[in-house]
Amino acid sequence: MIEFHLDDRSGVSPYLQLVRQVRQALRLGLLREGDQLPTVKEVVAGLAINPNTVLKAYRELEHEGLVAARPGVGTFVTATLADASLAAHGPLRQELRRWLAKARRAGLDDESIEALFMTTFRTAAQEEIA
Amino acid sequence: MTAVLQAQDLGKRYGRRWALTDCTLDIPAGHVVGLVGPNGAGKTTLLNLASGQIAPTSGSITVLGGRPPASPAQLATVGYVAQDTPTYAGLSIADHLKLGARLNPGWDDALARERISRLGLDPARRAGKLSGGQRAQLALTLGIAKRPELLILDEPVAALDPLARREFLQGLMEAAAEHELSVVLSSHLVSDLERVCDYLIVLVDSRVRLSGEVDHLLATHHRLTGPRRDPDRLPADQQVISASHTDRQTTLIIRTDTPIHDPAWTVSQLGLEDLVLAYMSQPAAAGRRPALEVQR
Repeated sequence: MIEFHLDDRSGVSPYLQLVRQVRQALRLGLLREGDQLPTVKEVVAGLAINPNTVLKAYRELEHEGLVAARPGVGTFVTATLADASLAAHGPLRQELRRWLAKARRAGLDDESIEALFMTTFRTAAQEEIA
Repeated sequence: MTAVLQAQDLGKRYGRRWALTDCTLDIPAGHVVGLVGPNGAGKTTLLNLASGQIAPTSGSITVLGGRPPASPAQLATVGYVAQDTPTYAGLSIADHLKLGARLNPGWDDALARERISRLGLDPARRAGKLSGGQRAQLALTLGIAKRPELLILDEPVAALDPLARREFLQGLMEAAAEHELSVVLSSHLVSDLERVCDYLIVLVDSRVRLSGEVDHLLATHHRLTGPRRDPDRLPADQQVISASHTDRQTTLIIRTDTPIHDPAWTVSQLGLEDLVLAYMSQPAAAGRRPALEVQR
């Protein structure tokens, strides 16, 4: 079982924070197939948030095929994210390190690197949508 | 979906002063509704009208399909926790529960007792000896154990310290989740309600300035910053909520249902608090001006 927390100043909507925390737990193997998520009542009693926020987050996770609701029992994990892609992390990280070293040699500082990465990331994401 | 509260041109006058005017609302069931506005804006008047404690001067209000106070059956479906969560100082907690059982046909005694024991309160203790937070929890217990379909709370957390405030809202949200309760609660601070409400009503100077589902409100309001320009020259579907200018820059808060394509603007999202403040500080006349009239 995991415990949710909320960052009021993150600018990320509470429902999305819950979704991300579940995905993160799945990636890190903190949640595995068959595990139960906290009930809606438990989450709202812990965080003092609107029940619909939790329902929305759980519906989104269900839609993504990560969890399934069993009526009257609770919501259970049905998939894992710590799968095949984990093996690809190592080589990707090495490539990224090489790229970082190259960026530094070209004279980019931390902020420039972050800005370049984020704009490229966003542009690529937008192109995928379009 | 059925409406939990509907108001049509609702108004209430005290002597020569209108405490509430032109109030038209349609709130679907299953929401936690935040009623926000400065002190004296008419929040308590609206809540008193909804709970049937006062009658409207003009217009009509319907709560769960009936005009409050339509009948004992209708009254039994609406719970009301008044401002500062009042209790009877001379009566014990057990007395309060007995009173609740006597006065409410749908009283859930097991729920009330379980809640009191979970809070670690001694039933023999007199309400006058309780802390502010404990007294608020007692009032909330009475409101929940009535098993209403709609629970109305007037400024329930205003007088509480941050810890008691959090604990109160935890209990309230737990009840909302467990009993599928609709909730209307007021506060003069939107930050108190930000986590708990998914529907918002902003009341300023006796008028409803804004109402709607929080997700929708956040998705349709944007902050635009860019080179200075006249707000009157915006596209017709962009309603200006607030505008400020320096000699070179213009900052606008606008409401629109369509995407913003103008590349001159830097568009950023608004938090709920900034959004509410923009409406609160809007001059009274601006709110009533037809929003879509634009001169070109």
